[in-house]
Amino acid sequence: MKKKNFFLENKQFTIFFILALAVAGIAVFAPWIAPKDPLEAVMMDSLKAPCAEYPLGTDKLGRDLLSRVIYGTRTSLVMTLILVAVIFVIGTALGIIAGYFGGWIDEIIMRIADMMISFPGLVLAIAIAGMLGPNLTNAVIAISAVSWTKYARLARSMVLKVKQNLYIEAAKVNGTSTLKILWKHVLPNMLTTMVVTAAADIGTMMLELASLSFLGFGATAPTPEWGLMLNEGRTYMAKAPWLMIAPGIAIVIAVVIFNMLGDSIRDVLDPKQE
Amino acid sequence: MSKKQLGKRFIQIVAVLFGISFLTFMLTYLSPGDPAEIMLTECGNLPTPELLEQTRHELGLDRPFLVQYGSWLTGVLTGDMGTSYAFKMPVVQKLVSCFWPTLKMSLLALVMMVAVSIPLGILSAVYQNKWPDYLVRGITFIGVSVPSFWLGLILLSIFGVQLRWINVAGGTTDFKAMVLPAATLALAMSAKYTRQVRNAVLEELHQDYVTGARMRGIREGVILWKHVLPNAMLPIVTLLGLSLGSLLGGTAVVEIIYNWPGMGNMAVRAISCRDYPLVQGYVLWIAVLYMVINLLVDLSYQYLDPRLKEGK
Repeated sequence: MKKKNFFLENKQFTIFFILALAVAGIAVFAPWIAPKDPLEAVMMDSLKAPCAEYPLGTDKLGRDLLSRVIYGTRTSLVMTLILVAVIFVIGTALGIIAGYFGGWIDEIIMRIADMMISFPGLVLAIAIAGMLGPNLTNAVIAISAVSWTKYARLARSMVLKVKQNLYIEAAKVNGTSTLKILWKHVLPNMLTTMVVTAAADIGTMMLELASLSFLGFGATAPTPEWGLMLNEGRTYMAKAPWLMIAPGIAIVIAVVIFNMLGDSIRDVLDPKQE
Repeated sequence: MSKKQLGKRFIQIVAVLFGISFLTFMLTYLSPGDPAEIMLTECGNLPTPELLEQTRHELGLDRPFLVQYGSWLTGVLTGDMGTSYAFKMPVVQKLVSCFWPTLKMSLLALVMMVAVSIPLGILSAVYQNKWPDYLVRGITFIGVSVPSFWLGLILLSIFGVQLRWINVAGGTTDFKAMVLPAATLALAMSAKYTRQVRNAVLEELHQDYVTGARMRGIREGVILWKHVLPNAMLPIVTLLGLSLGSLLGGTAVVEIIYNWPGMGNMAVRAISCRDYPLVQGYVLWIAVLYMVINLLVDLSYQYLDPRLKEGK
């Protein structure tokens, strides 16, 4: 009974949670949902306008656009979640270390963070991704390299607050190991805020990954990825405008859902924050 | 900002520039491609081992990493950032020629952004939780979720391909060609900025002095124009300055779509063909710009908010 109340009380959260699950469902069940193979090229049907056989049309190689958009959900979602997880773990870990131990290690970590923040992130991400060579893994590395700082700063400031509590002092006096203190007493006290931040970041990260792919520094052909699909369709703007509609709308829908979900998770978990 | 703080700030800026340049240099060094080979293939030569060796030597690529970095750094300090592999001209010259179009477009985008965001933000704050607020918030919400590259493509296909108002090929920098890219940038930025303006105005509206003024029977319009807005201007101007910084750095996507001959376009090309000196120069130049703008924003505080001067 309690569970039902929770979902009814937080209607906005429930709605967007279900929608996010639906997006995840499309990603997971892509092979069953997609009408065709996203990689299968039928040159006879190159650049066909939307019709009964191809509901969203085909691209220059005659691949079914609907299937590619569906499989694109998989690429985008998986890569975005990996990206957010990497930033979350690295940023939080470095922030906790910096905040808890202080001293020179704090200096080093935070100076590097300052350096990253005093610089437009996407420029550096483009440079890193381009130099490492264009593929999705490198795009994730590039965005992680410039985005962990936000989490590190947040985690550090929270640790500094938590550190002053008496129970930390008590645990130290009792001889609890540092690792255990960090794991059992420090981390749980900041996890909510960190998770709220990460949830709110999913949409933004999805956009950044798609931007890199669009510029040619992320996904590589023939991977079905929304940003890359838009880049490929760009050449045929006059002849095949449908190539630009579906992937773009897919990105907007996914980002809106995850942004709204992030907002409502914040409202549910952290009503104090406005 | 006192002299001491200013000095500290300068040291910080120099340290960051040093770090950034070292990082990009390291990246180009670790990067898997061989610029000598790419350069030769681009020129149409068959890269024989001897020719490769010779080109590497000419470019100084056979020297140890720190030596290469050192000589590059000495060059930068004397105003020489090396020669671009792809364009066969000094990096400084290339950067300067690309900077003006980007700056021009960014400034137009900034003007457009201000013209849209400030009225909408104020409107939204004044009618908090009424329909104009919901409408503005809804639009900004969609706005932050729409990728600028998609928006750019849609605008280009409407105004370029369908209506033929502008030339799809791009490449020119006249005002007519500038409007669409600037609008694309402005729309993407406006969504964020409108929210920030709304928050800044709301914060002021909730101050005690506003309640006091209302109790004294001062008209809402007078409170808004004479008291709330001047106070809300401080954060609004700060954010505006910071926006210019991220605008200058974030034009790559839009410049690529509209084939605008600016810095972002040049950077993406330079990275694609591994034109290392140009990439290094670009990153350093953007870092300098970004930090100088941030510094100017901080300095402008004391003129906008005299309290800060008194305190220090």
